[in-house]
Amino acid sequence: MSVLKTEEMILNMGPQHPSTHGVLRLELELDGELIIDVKPHVGYLHRCFEKHCEALTYPQIVPYVDRMDYLAAMYNEFGYAVTVERMLGIQVPERVEYIRVIMGEFQRIASHLVAVGTYGLDIGAFTPFLYCFRDRERILSLFEMTCGARLLYNYIWVGGLSHDLHPDFLRLAKEFLPDFKNTLSELNNLLSYNKIFTERTANVGVLPLDTAINYGVTGPNLRASGLKWDLRKDDPYSIYDKFDFDIPVGQGWYGTVGDCWDRYYLRVLEMEQSVKILEQALVQIPDGNISEAIPKRIKPPEGQIYTRVENPRGELGYFIVSKGGLQPHRVKVHAPSFIHLGLLGELCKGHFVADVIAILGSIDIVLGEVDR
Amino acid sequence: MKTPQEIFEILKQKFGESVIGFADNKLLEFAIEIAPLAIAEVGYFLRDDSELLFDNLILLSALDDMTGKKVTEEDGSFRFEGGTLSVIYHIESTSSRHKIVLKVVVPKENAEIESVAYVWNHANWEEREAFDMIGIKFLNHPNMIRILMPYNWDAGYPLRKDYKNPEFYEGMKVPY
Amino acid sequence: MGLLDKQFSDDNIILAKTEDLMNWARLSSLWQVGFGLACCAIEMMATSASHWDFDRFGVIPRPSPRQSDIIIISGTVTLKMAIRVKRLYEQIPDPKYVISMGSCSNCGGPYWEHGYHVLKGVDRVIPVDVYVPGCPPRPEALLEGLLKLQEKIRNETMVRKAVV
Repeated sequence: MSVLKTEEMILNMGPQHPSTHGVLRLELELDGELIIDVKPHVGYLHRCFEKHCEALTYPQIVPYVDRMDYLAAMYNEFGYAVTVERMLGIQVPERVEYIRVIMGEFQRIASHLVAVGTYGLDIGAFTPFLYCFRDRERILSLFEMTCGARLLYNYIWVGGLSHDLHPDFLRLAKEFLPDFKNTLSELNNLLSYNKIFTERTANVGVLPLDTAINYGVTGPNLRASGLKWDLRKDDPYSIYDKFDFDIPVGQGWYGTVGDCWDRYYLRVLEMEQSVKILEQALVQIPDGNISEAIPKRIKPPEGQIYTRVENPRGELGYFIVSKGGLQPHRVKVHAPSFIHLGLLGELCKGHFVADVIAILGSIDIVLGEVDR
Repeated sequence: MKTPQEIFEILKQKFGESVIGFADNKLLEFAIEIAPLAIAEVGYFLRDDSELLFDNLILLSALDDMTGKKVTEEDGSFRFEGGTLSVIYHIESTSSRHKIVLKVVVPKENAEIESVAYVWNHANWEEREAFDMIGIKFLNHPNMIRILMPYNWDAGYPLRKDYKNPEFYEGMKVPY
Repeated sequence: MGLLDKQFSDDNIILAKTEDLMNWARLSSLWQVGFGLACCAIEMMATSASHWDFDRFGVIPRPSPRQSDIIIISGTVTLKMAIRVKRLYEQIPDPKYVISMGSCSNCGGPYWEHGYHVLKGVDRVIPVDVYVPGCPPRPEALLEGLLKLQEKIRNETMVRKAVV
């Protein structure tokens, strides 16, 4: 019996497409509705970050670091500050460490809220997006009252911070947390356990653990595949060892371990853990001077260093080579989104066109970080 | 868990001449220098050996060492004659948690390194980026084309220290 | 509302100049191309979301440029993207308007000096009606930019484009 042969079709998706999370172009090779291959074309937002680093001094780089992963600007600064401090051997005051952790965890919640909200939007649920942005606005107003900016902060400097906390910050932050717990349970009822949503995401885009490691996947995507690997515990930096929190791991609640639903739900669970860290940090925070360790002139010794932190999207690492000058000789960023996007073709094979959106949303990329 | 020194000894015993030595990195990190054409073989060994199990390539970064002779042109711009480019591999094992840094140095005129894209899939895109930015060719790479810059960019490799920006690209003025 | 001033008190006849009527219709439902570029796109999303509600000015994102009226260039335009931005602009039917949001698309922003792959201002490829400064502009700033654009449309005549 002869089989009816059909021609393969090349379909372009993006760079202007509402579900590609920015300027990403995907070249889909299709057999009917089935995907044979996906080729991502990136670089539409290549803003020459690494070239800028070579031309600017160490403190001047901080604003550019913000603009890399613009959904988690605080955490980018955090990682950069930790790296340069290790090069210089600076010990920062305890209050600074606490404020950094507080800001970092608030940023993680804000970033995951965008990820979860827009994921719902991609799948076709508009309302969760509005709920998530409502709560994100409250976090942004906390940031705004601290440093005056809503999105890109230039707040965490090498050796310290640009401003101390606003007198009202702790009260408002403590008020926010119980409200936010309610939002999370609302979100779960509205989206997570929704039948339509689980049907679209469970058992779709399964990422086996060995593939994940071979592709260098990190962060929530790796944990959803079942490996308990969180740099806050496994390669500790700052003062994360002082807090009590768990690392959620994907368990295949609705389908297979490492499917889209696991990756989505892991972010919800991580927000719960961030709340747990915040509850402890907001109570324990000591008094102190936040600017006493800021160096007058930053001139690290010759050599190279690689330091990594757990960004909301995964392992954010800075590889800095210094030749002993005021500017770095080379800065290379380990950008989790870049690596996760490289995996897309592998994940999409054999799925339908509509699932590409579900898979792309679940790996949660930020194009600013992919292209840098 | 093994120290970098122990891993260096193991590699030296296994590969001999291809393992050139401990590279000098004054701050915190030690790198094992490997010959450019042996890196894939070393990579397979590091990944599959039951004692080492380096299954995760954390980062592959290429850099212009700026070692050549600086030649100043008539219009005030400069370029480097000769010199080297290098690629640095940070690898770790997720099971036994040890980390090492490998380093490969190649001359600028003939910048060719064996690809490790088949050892660690992650290297596929990172090597393309290294080619795009610094201009190192990776041999036996599945798809050695530019990744971030436009495919028809012909003005050179932007992260080289002597890179000069073109005046126009596709009819658009590039400088401010 | 210049248009509705001239209505009769007790029946359903409205007298207006064609120009006013057209301008009023145009400025009240500006559909934007659902198109985000960089960091500013997040602020644009925040403007469309619950807190600021872009919808009340008649601005809703439309996935296709062929059914839209305005395009908000929200973020850094790179050389690779500039060609696509121009093509998108060309696909929008007339009359079309452009809001350039943020420093990057106004003039290259922080990337003006060393950005070898950044277009220094989107006005090098497409004409811009309103520039919104900021890095990134606050949602209020974007709303103000939209109000400026509406003011511009309100004063348009069929003979020539008005200058605000």
